[in-house]
Amino acid sequence: MKFLKLVVANFRRKIIRTVLTILSILVAFILFGYLAAIRQSLSQGIDVAGVDRLVVRHKVSIIQMLPGSYEADIEQIPGVANATFSNWFGGIYQEPKNFFPQFAVNPEEYLAMYPEFLLSDEEKEAWFSTRTGAVVGRNTAERFGWEVGDKVPIQGTAWTRKGGQRIWDFDIVGIYDGAEQGTDTTQFLFQYDYFDEARAFGRGLVGWYIVRVDDPDEAVRIATAIDAEFANSPAETKAETEGAFVQGFADQIGNIGAIIQAILAMVFFTILLVAGNTMAQSVRERTGELAVLKAVGFTDSHVLVMVLLEAMAIAGVGGFLGLGVAWLMISGGDPTGGLLPIFYFPPKDIVMGVIFVIALGLITGILPALQAGRLRIADALRQL
Amino acid sequence: MFNWFSQIFALIQFNLRTIWQRKGSSAAALFGIAGVVAVLVGVLSIAQGFRAVMNASGKPDTALVLRSGADTEMMSGLSRDTTRIIADTEGIARSTEGALSSAELFVIINLPKRSTGTDANVPLRGVEPMAFSVRSDVDIIQGRPFEWGRNEVIVGSGAVREFEGLELGGRIPVGKEEWIVVGIFEANGGISESEIWTDASVLQPAFRRGNSFQAVYAKLETPEVFQGFKDRLTTDPRLNVKVVRQDDYYAEQSTAITGLITGLGTLIAGLMGIGAVFGALNTMYSAVSSRTREIATLRALGFGSGPVVISVMVEALVLAIVGGAIGAGLAYVAFDGFRAATMNWQSFSQVAFAFDVTPALLVQGIFYAAMIGLAGGLFPAIRAARMPVATALREG
Repeated sequence: MKFLKLVVANFRRKIIRTVLTILSILVAFILFGYLAAIRQSLSQGIDVAGVDRLVVRHKVSIIQMLPGSYEADIEQIPGVANATFSNWFGGIYQEPKNFFPQFAVNPEEYLAMYPEFLLSDEEKEAWFSTRTGAVVGRNTAERFGWEVGDKVPIQGTAWTRKGGQRIWDFDIVGIYDGAEQGTDTTQFLFQYDYFDEARAFGRGLVGWYIVRVDDPDEAVRIATAIDAEFANSPAETKAETEGAFVQGFADQIGNIGAIIQAILAMVFFTILLVAGNTMAQSVRERTGELAVLKAVGFTDSHVLVMVLLEAMAIAGVGGFLGLGVAWLMISGGDPTGGLLPIFYFPPKDIVMGVIFVIALGLITGILPALQAGRLRIADALRQL
Repeated sequence: MFNWFSQIFALIQFNLRTIWQRKGSSAAALFGIAGVVAVLVGVLSIAQGFRAVMNASGKPDTALVLRSGADTEMMSGLSRDTTRIIADTEGIARSTEGALSSAELFVIINLPKRSTGTDANVPLRGVEPMAFSVRSDVDIIQGRPFEWGRNEVIVGSGAVREFEGLELGGRIPVGKEEWIVVGIFEANGGISESEIWTDASVLQPAFRRGNSFQAVYAKLETPEVFQGFKDRLTTDPRLNVKVVRQDDYYAEQSTAITGLITGLGTLIAGLMGIGAVFGALNTMYSAVSSRTREIATLRALGFGSGPVVISVMVEALVLAIVGGAIGAGLAYVAFDGFRAATMNWQSFSQVAFAFDVTPALLVQGIFYAAMIGLAGGLFPAIRAARMPVATALREG
């Protein structure tokens, strides 16, 4: 405890320097948190992909459609629990920049496939029984101020109606929440039956299938079996786990992870320089005092621990405050206004952040601390 | 007045010569600023490179005709009859072989991306013979053009670089058939270089498109006839189309992604900049405090407070600009010309591009460094000038 007093007293010696060092560490950890959220967002929730779900798409590319009859065929394959389909709509609400994903689905099957989409029983009932009914995720609903009961006109870009009209009208019958932090609550889901009957072309075709397997360990084998089932047919498939599918999608943007890691490495390198330099300087300036402390009976390890504690305290105050501010900023929402729908501070990165704070304190403190510990009283006092 | 300047000059010299004595803390500030500038320039060069590809892709005298309501070729659809009416419209340039108009299909196929090994959406374009006259910058650099009516393709140089299996002689599986790569082309750095091209009439059955197309590219007589051409098509009761200039179309496609990169890049560099200002403040405060006695002595000798302020600011500025130049140079060496491919969300397909560290970006980076230096130097400079001479001499 007597150490603490000394440590605190040393902070006050050059208060401006201490505060500036803490502030630069704080900024580094705000960046750390913010970049973690951006990376999470751009990887589009790989962490929350269902391990027991497969995505089956056309082998040539995802824009090629598959026959609706494949669902029954897939469900016959041993190890498959159930299957459902989804269909990209790609419509525009008011302006092209108001982007959010829209899918035509079978409501009962889709909700069973994605239990992480939470709807009340009344909302479910309303959706099942309303032909033009649509449910929308909380994020998108809040973005456009939609409420249950609203009528939403969406302009089809690829899909026109039989008469050539491009406007599709939907009734919002429910707003779903995500069961987990990373669940995508930007989707707009509506009845495939309504869509299929009204569209001008493509009847009976679907975009892709989602398949639930009984045993996640068998997922790869079942994916191979599904592809084999449709080999040499006019529409061959490519089945893969949902995680692999999402990862592949994220990789299409580019190697985001590498870019962000490079930036973070740069940031931490800089901070290490600044904080390390400050610690070294502050110990150098105190050579005489440390020698006096030793002369009056402090042991080498006392002095070593004291200097190390000082570095740890600076890193701790700056680092934890930084992580806290980052958390607050991230909770404030996506900085791009809708382009990064899933925006949160991933728990694993919070843990990483805490580890980095401690590591920063140790690394910046250890050299000056060793130096202070090894200090020989006679030499140090002579230098004065 | 002369005296004032000579004071400043003497002080600056004095300060800069003593930087070496404070090399630890000076280096920390310098490299801190270098890091900020490297990140800023590096991230902005991504947006710059992407924009450069899009800007090289369009010409004002080329019009793109899509189905009304479609934002992109991917979403569009036009029947054979429609494309014929468009080709016959007044305003399109003509050669001896007919109107310079090409009805095209635009689809994607999955090919593994070299950098990640995972499937990527590679754009595949079916064209008509006039396509090479409409886009006069397309130039076969290896192999030969594909033969019309055969399962042959030519591949843009960017696509060859970014995706596997597109080298000359490579085979692309499309359904049950294989298409052979017979040529590689360049297109003046434009987006076509990310694409695979083949005969539209070969692509139609392979992708079950019947006799339909997605877009018509037409070379106009002059850029000025565009409005008349557009009006004739949009008022034709037989048609339901929209007409855009090719350069506007691609510029529009680049705004979202370059906006995102620039926004995030500026945010990150802004935060890092704040951190660097704290670092610079630290350095300059310690520089000033380690010289307390010298500064006080000079003041006692009659040096004014103005020259003291300016000399400290200049020292901070020199450190910052050197740091900024190192950072900008680092970004140039590491990123300029770095090749990558990313998803163009508008067309749902990959675009190959190269990071582009332009002189303007370098200047911007160094300017930013100078701002950090000024911000970091100001308060320590004022403190140095305000120090009461007597106390400072006693303290030192």
